[in-house]
Amino acid sequence: MVVNKVGREIPKQYADQYGVYAGEEANLADYQLATKQVHPVKPRDNKQLASIHDAIVQTGLKDGMTISFHHHFREGDYVMNMVLAEIARMGIKNISIAPSSIANVHAPLIDYIKQGVVTNITSSGLRDKVGAAISEGILANPVVIRSHGGRARAIVRGDIHIDVAFLGAPSSDEYGNVNGTKGKATCGSLGYAMVDAQYADQVVVITDSLVPYPNTPISIPQTLVDYVVVVDAIGDPEGIAKGATRFTKNPKELLIAEYAAKMITGSAYFKNGFSFQTGTGGAALAVTRFLKEAMIENNIKASFVLGGITNAMADLLTDGLVEKIIDVQDFDHPSAISLGNNPDHYEIDANMYASPLSKGAVINQLDVAILSALEVDTDFNVNVITGSDGVLRGASGGHSDTSAACKMSMVIAPVVRGRIPTIVDQVTTVVTPGSSVDVVVTELGVAINPQRTDLIDMFKASRIPQVTIEELKTKAYQITGEPAPIQYGDQTVALIEYRDGTLIDVVKNV
Amino acid sequence: MDRLRRTMMFVPGANPAMLRDAILYGADSIMFDLEDAVSMKEKDSARMLVYSALKTFDYHSVETVVRINELNSGGKQDIEAMILGGINVIRLPKTETAEDIKAVDATITEVETRYQLPIGTTKMMAAIESAEGVLNAREIATASNRMIGIALGAEDYVTSQKTRRYPDGQELFFARNYILHAARAAGIAAIDTVYSDVDNEAGLKREAALIKQLGFDGKSVINPRQIPIINAIYAPTESEIQNAKEVLAAIQEAEAKGSGVIAINGKMVDKPIVERAYRVLAMAKAANMEVE
Amino acid sequence: MMELKQIATAGTMESSDLMITLSPNETGLVIDLQSNVEKQFGQHIRALITEMLTKFDLTNVTVSAVDKGALDCTIKARTVVAIYRGLGKTDYDWKEINAWIA
Repeated sequence: MVVNKVGREIPKQYADQYGVYAGEEANLADYQLATKQVHPVKPRDNKQLASIHDAIVQTGLKDGMTISFHHHFREGDYVMNMVLAEIARMGIKNISIAPSSIANVHAPLIDYIKQGVVTNITSSGLRDKVGAAISEGILANPVVIRSHGGRARAIVRGDIHIDVAFLGAPSSDEYGNVNGTKGKATCGSLGYAMVDAQYADQVVVITDSLVPYPNTPISIPQTLVDYVVVVDAIGDPEGIAKGATRFTKNPKELLIAEYAAKMITGSAYFKNGFSFQTGTGGAALAVTRFLKEAMIENNIKASFVLGGITNAMADLLTDGLVEKIIDVQDFDHPSAISLGNNPDHYEIDANMYASPLSKGAVINQLDVAILSALEVDTDFNVNVITGSDGVLRGASGGHSDTSAACKMSMVIAPVVRGRIPTIVDQVTTVVTPGSSVDVVVTELGVAINPQRTDLIDMFKASRIPQVTIEELKTKAYQITGEPAPIQYGDQTVALIEYRDGTLIDVVKNV
Repeated sequence: MDRLRRTMMFVPGANPAMLRDAILYGADSIMFDLEDAVSMKEKDSARMLVYSALKTFDYHSVETVVRINELNSGGKQDIEAMILGGINVIRLPKTETAEDIKAVDATITEVETRYQLPIGTTKMMAAIESAEGVLNAREIATASNRMIGIALGAEDYVTSQKTRRYPDGQELFFARNYILHAARAAGIAAIDTVYSDVDNEAGLKREAALIKQLGFDGKSVINPRQIPIINAIYAPTESEIQNAKEVLAAIQEAEAKGSGVIAINGKMVDKPIVERAYRVLAMAKAANMEVE
Repeated sequence: MMELKQIATAGTMESSDLMITLSPNETGLVIDLQSNVEKQFGQHIRALITEMLTKFDLTNVTVSAVDKGALDCTIKARTVVAIYRGLGKTDYDWKEINAWIA
């Protein structure tokens, strides 16, 4: 065992292979870009194939290779299931998959794991059924959990080498010019897929909306695409927005959102030209709404908003309250439409969004980020990947990236959820180190990380109730009682990479 | 200075999550409801839940109130359980006469005696929800030494008046003023009725401004989101605070001189102005405003 | 020893609540608990239900409970109400209850 900088024990074999977390910037060294194999497409070559089956045959996909997918269709994705079904039917085994994330809709994956079709997984997250199955230990090799920026880094540096990327495309022409703003299942930005397209040896575009050549705007250009396959449907538009854009009426979420908005407006960052990222979920959307009111009242305009984009953000652009939207992913239909229609709504790839190894990611220019959490501990470490029962059920997302890079990272979470304390002694799994987390906002008040003495000064005269993280923990345990410790097995079921590629934690089977 | 009662938040007695979270929203008083919010067959379980919550949760300095059922339909058990739970105030709904209050008072006294609690510890308030109740408000307000306030329950009242609620509140003009007079004459609090259109922020603001102007201590609320809106209406303005501070400084100056005459810039300050100044500062403090 | 007169239920399936059903049996206490916090609080919840039943000297009971993250005060309240309902009694002994609900 090797103990890393956040005090987590990493089994030696994995510590040797990946290195262990030693600090936010301890492992950001110079490196060589990954290389890839390119098969030139000649004049009069036809890229269009009749089926996913033909694409698998043409790419020469075989046992042991790595394939990738994007998760822009979220809970509405059909592509990964279709491709894996065909791979399984063709008897190909021992495949490594590298989707940008995995949703509930990907539950069929459980069977492919059990059949030995899929033997390695890297992903941002694992949801209910798949997460539970992985936690039970159905996969011999641990899943590698990577943040959005960490995945981009892994691809760019060659930690992940993608043999074939199967990329769902809301619209494409026959030569593989792709965008996400036209077609039947528009998902907007294709930010995660763009990295795969650039670094995969072979790229198969799968679309249900073939349009005449040339398809513009071009998010993924023909120069990166080997084959185009037309299918009946690549995704369910309903599923793309699922759960993300609920407008909360829950008074506790609204109270937390109100405190969070007041922290932003009460900070020195809140001035003309400030920038922020809020993400999805009821409370985060409510923060955007409260912030909007404050921006109007104080006549303040933001230079840009970033990240997963929702309708609420698109409205800010329309209302002239922000200059630009910088968009790596969209969470609903209106924001996808906005990307297509508004030149100030700008699509970027994951490398530009959040990679720690690019020549400067957009998050480095970000003032304030609102982030969620399953658990926060008294060292401000954050868990967004496992439930407090130890079961994998969340996603790393951009959490550790944004927290590390922006000027004020704010984690918003209720002190308890039902009988589960959210503010705890030690998080079940560390995804984001406490050194990156500046402010924790709860319904009982706001805890500022003592390391951020500048912020403590900034909010000295603030009327927002301030508490210590220890007080929040004590309150949480007073309400719920002390939870019994979780009994883990000996199998390592997931490795939690920090954004730099070292291991910040591991997850054992339960 | 009397306790502030700008907001009295209804919490349905049968809902464990709301009992747990009631403290979060900054209400001056929390009112657990065992009456209309609880179905007939869940009266026993709501009573036990609220009792258990009172014994468990720290409601800090927030005033705890319970709306009980009529004495002959569970009210007696309500009173016993709530007093043992440590409730501050028993609220009787649909109060028509002083006798209603006296009967509850007697029951409370009986329970306090049985459990050897100091007589009078448990306070009372009455909700007035009918023409009969309004006309008897003076007698109701003084029917027991336990009484700390009377509240208007408008939904039943307007029905009994053969009208409904209108945005401008004209239909409640008499009841509000009569109840307010009865409360002030008795030296107790007057609490206005709920505003049930929870999504109508502008309407709530209008109504809160009206009842503040009339002189009500505050308002019952049915949704936590209404609390900051009402508190904002009740918060004094900067110039009100400034004036109050000047009055206070003048008092200190007069005291230092040993003079009984309080004056600002040579002008005498009357007793009511002094009283208002104290009230403004208390309100400002409650609203978390700078008063030092 | 007391005996349950009838099957009785208290509580709801709402979040933060416990729904508990007590049925008389002749074989002794059986607790079937489904909880979304089983790993963290399952044993604790069983012990709490048992403690309440013991206060009433009830042993021949089958308990079937669905827990949605209820706190101790809710678990106690729901169990006591189910017991009174099962005993067919409405005259709560508040003095007694007050002695053991802290």
